[in-house]
Amino acid sequence: MFLLVFVALHLALNLAAVVSADLYRQACEFMDTNILVKIMVPVLALGFIVHILFSIFVEFKNWTGRPAEMRYAVPCKTKVSSWASKNMFVLGVIVVLFLVLHFTHFWMHMQLQSFLGKEGTDPYQLVVNTFSNPVICVLYIVWFAAIYFHISHGFWSAFQSIGLNNSKWLPRLQFLAKLYAICVFLGFTLIPVYFLCCKCCCCAGSC
Amino acid sequence: MADIETKLNSGIPEGPLAEKWTNYKSHVRVVNPNNKRKLDIIVVGTGLAGASAAATLGELGYNVKVFCISDSPRRAHSIAAQGGINAAKNYQNDNDSVYRLFYDTIKGGDYRAREANVYRLAEVSNLIIDKCVAQGVPFAREYGGLLANRSFGGAQVSRTFYARGQTGQQLLLGAYASLNRQIAAGKVKSYVRREMLDLVVIDGKARGIICRNLVTGEIERYGAHAVVLATGGYGNTYFLSTNAMNCNCSAALQCYRKGAYFANPCFVQIHPTCIPVHGEQQSKLTLMSESLRNDGRIWVPKKLEDVEKLRKKQIKPSQIPEEDRDYYLERRYPAFGNLVPRDVASRAAKERCDAGYGVNETGLAVFLDFAEPIKRLGRKVIEERYGNLFQMYEKITDVNPYEEPMQIFPAIHYTMGGIWVDYSLMTTIPGLYALGEANFSDHGGNRLGASALMQGLADGYYVLPYTIGDYLSHEILTPKIDTNHPAFKEAEDAVKAKIEKVFKVKGSQPVDALHKKLGNIMWEYVGMARNEAGLKKALGLIEEVRKEYETDVKVPGENNEFNQELEKAVRFGDFLDMAKLITLDALNRGESCGGHFREESQTEEGEAKRDDEHYMYVSAWEYRGEKEEPALHKEPLNYEEVKLSTRNYKD
Amino acid sequence: MKFTLKIWRQKNAKAKGRFETYQVEGISPDTSFLEMLDILNEKLVREGKEPVAFDHDCREGICGMCSLYVNGRAHGPDDDVTTCQLHCRKFHDGDTITIEPWRSAAFPVIKDLVVNRGAFDQILQAGGFINIGGIVPDANAIPISKVDADESMDAAACIGCGACVATCKNGSAMLFVAARVSSLAKLPQGRVEAARRAKAMVAKMDELGFGACSNTQACEAECPKGVSIAHIARLNREFLLAKVQD
Repeated sequence: MFLLVFVALHLALNLAAVVSADLYRQACEFMDTNILVKIMVPVLALGFIVHILFSIFVEFKNWTGRPAEMRYAVPCKTKVSSWASKNMFVLGVIVVLFLVLHFTHFWMHMQLQSFLGKEGTDPYQLVVNTFSNPVICVLYIVWFAAIYFHISHGFWSAFQSIGLNNSKWLPRLQFLAKLYAICVFLGFTLIPVYFLCCKCCCCAGSC
Repeated sequence: MADIETKLNSGIPEGPLAEKWTNYKSHVRVVNPNNKRKLDIIVVGTGLAGASAAATLGELGYNVKVFCISDSPRRAHSIAAQGGINAAKNYQNDNDSVYRLFYDTIKGGDYRAREANVYRLAEVSNLIIDKCVAQGVPFAREYGGLLANRSFGGAQVSRTFYARGQTGQQLLLGAYASLNRQIAAGKVKSYVRREMLDLVVIDGKARGIICRNLVTGEIERYGAHAVVLATGGYGNTYFLSTNAMNCNCSAALQCYRKGAYFANPCFVQIHPTCIPVHGEQQSKLTLMSESLRNDGRIWVPKKLEDVEKLRKKQIKPSQIPEEDRDYYLERRYPAFGNLVPRDVASRAAKERCDAGYGVNETGLAVFLDFAEPIKRLGRKVIEERYGNLFQMYEKITDVNPYEEPMQIFPAIHYTMGGIWVDYSLMTTIPGLYALGEANFSDHGGNRLGASALMQGLADGYYVLPYTIGDYLSHEILTPKIDTNHPAFKEAEDAVKAKIEKVFKVKGSQPVDALHKKLGNIMWEYVGMARNEAGLKKALGLIEEVRKEYETDVKVPGENNEFNQELEKAVRFGDFLDMAKLITLDALNRGESCGGHFREESQTEEGEAKRDDEHYMYVSAWEYRGEKEEPALHKEPLNYEEVKLSTRNYKD
Repeated sequence: MKFTLKIWRQKNAKAKGRFETYQVEGISPDTSFLEMLDILNEKLVREGKEPVAFDHDCREGICGMCSLYVNGRAHGPDDDVTTCQLHCRKFHDGDTITIEPWRSAAFPVIKDLVVNRGAFDQILQAGGFINIGGIVPDANAIPISKVDADESMDAAACIGCGACVATCKNGSAMLFVAARVSSLAKLPQGRVEAARRAKAMVAKMDELGFGACSNTQACEAECPKGVSIAHIARLNREFLLAKVQD
């Protein structure tokens, strides 16, 4: 739930970069200095770690629920709610791995520097530089796809797990989950694509 | 056949009918809580009667051991009862009363049940509904929040409470929940996958049981101050019946062999609305609830040429015009119409099929039609009332009953006969009680719909817990039963020998093949219509099957493991004895009465003719050894309150 | 019809199991799946071989005794039925059918296709009841809205067969537990101890080695009685509220 809000906020700020360089810089500045954000960062980190640890614990329990020697010979053909629902852990691992990559690109140069009291790199330039590499762009899009699947199930699943669901709301929540996941995917994808296109255009112009 | 005119002591209390139970309860002895803790009770079977009895006895403070053959008490066959449970609540303000429920039950039973028992049943029926609601049974309700009712066969008031088409399931889950509560409290210990194979009698009193652990094959001994038998009926003697596959009469029959009299075995109920047999490979018959007769209309074509066309699948039943349909129940019994009691409806279907109007390929089926009620009430209402039954029908037959009428045919469903018990539900063996379908006491010659659930729960929740105290109050000085007593060893050895014997045969026929043979004999000669020549022939044929069983049965595997073929083989030996007992009793009862129809005793119109002058008694059979014929004891029936009359459902 | 059957055979709980292949022929499409196994067993007995052990009882879809994981689906390829109500017409002539027992750490195999579902009893013994006894108020003393009674009945339709556990990728018993908790929670009689019940049953379920719920909805898809995962949401709600209250 909490992570879902974070993703939305993250998306909004990042999209600022698409609108204008200054707006994005302002947004980064705001995030860097705002007291509420400063408080929320460790909370977020903690929430995220809890989410990961808990999912590892649950996944372990689920493995023991049907241990390897008890697997079925014929794979299950039951219609499940989505492909994602059966692969949340794998998707989660993919998301985390890419997150590490993402951190090396941005967090290490921005937040970490600021935290150490040093002057960080100009955030806008960082974005431009990072996404000038088409390979990185593709990797990011793969990452966003994983996030899409993870959220498309995780969104309504979160409501279900805290009991805020019933027969009437189930289809509505599942629709909202899809919608939200699509927005997140398209929104984030727009950023690398935009910068990559920009660069191509610039190149084309200069040549 | 020996015929002993002993007067069995039914122990019916003195006083006017309506006060008998109150009088009994006032004067009966009770056991104080400290002493209850010292007393052990064994309950065999976890259907409505067994589970409710075990739970209530545990609640009272006795130490209870409860046994079932399935993997959980919740699997007992009570779970399959669909339609509902009767009670004289008069919530509908339609002039129902305890007396009316009592009267309907006595009349429905064709005047072969004990007045006092039936009155007590009607009296406690209301308490059952209260109890079930408190347990969280989700009975059907009206929009105003009060309980809903519907009508059942043999009644002119709406007194049946129901939970969709799964009333038995919900009531059993209620009783099972009470049982679980006592298990959690440590008052009841549950033994699953155990089959009772013998009763241990010490100094003339029931003191324990011998069980086979169905998982390990071990033979186990359990002792107690009293044993309660709630193991259901013997309908599976006929192989094809609506009973579950594991229903059997072995525990009851073993008690019979140990001295409990077996009463009225010939009273077997044939339910009119079952899905017809489709072929030789069929393993069991599926019941369509009697509640369907509330709205459904039963018919066959008037013209034989339509029957021919139906069989050749040239026309669909819905294409036969209204004027060419014979709604034979409405025609013959205008007052009750499609809601005549089960025995009457079954025989009427047989009559039409015998006359050549049966509608499927085998000629053994009639229609149950919902076209008219669907038109009158709308599909949604019908779906709400019977949705799951319709779905079940479609899954089995591949025919959509919303569009075409259902095909139905009578099938063995319930056995009114059972272990003889007195008013306190004690058998002729002191300390051995029989409850529910396993006893004979409340339904006479025919059981009304929605009364089995009522009886099972009445016995378990409200009768036995009172009556058993009277017996146990004399047992408070009896120490824990020692299972090393020679009687236990003797019983255990006998069980082991019996099991060894079936293994030793090493013949060629699987048990089921023999059981099918027996079933065919029983259905043919001891089924819906019986006559002297047929019954005598059946006795001979049963002995032939017995010979095959003793010389040619094949039981694979070993004893010390999970072995379903062995279970069946042991049970089959008891079904053979049961078949013989049913046939002997049917031969003895020369009248037509309830579920027992003797062709020699009928009116010119083909209706059953009862013979109160010669047969107004309960026949109770005493076992006298393997080679000896059983002896017949007669318990005369006295009707003080009800005036005897011929059952009339015409006007 | 003619089928090739690949069936899991296992002598007892400790033995190692394996698949064996059998042929059956001359099966009518109207024959039920279990009757088809009866025919196979009769053949095996006549050939002097050991028949296949499988649990079954009422054969009308209500006792919950039958199980079987047929061709990758709990209770076989038909929807909303138990194995006993599955008919051979749902297969094609000549099909190969693979039959496995329910698989879950909490349901150990007893023999062949028979498993021990005693864990379900234990969960219900932990709190799946209302603590009442003796003489109780009149049945109509507490009006209950039809909507609530119907919803309670929807959940109470659970037959305890274990298909939810068998089909769940985590071997979770949440649907089973939720059905009981939800059915009682919807009724005023059951509300009194709803919190205690939810906690006790969930704790027992966790203790017995069932997996957790990851909301894949497979249980709901295979439940022969169509019990909805909305009841799991209610269980989660009851459970969280109970925990918050502590």
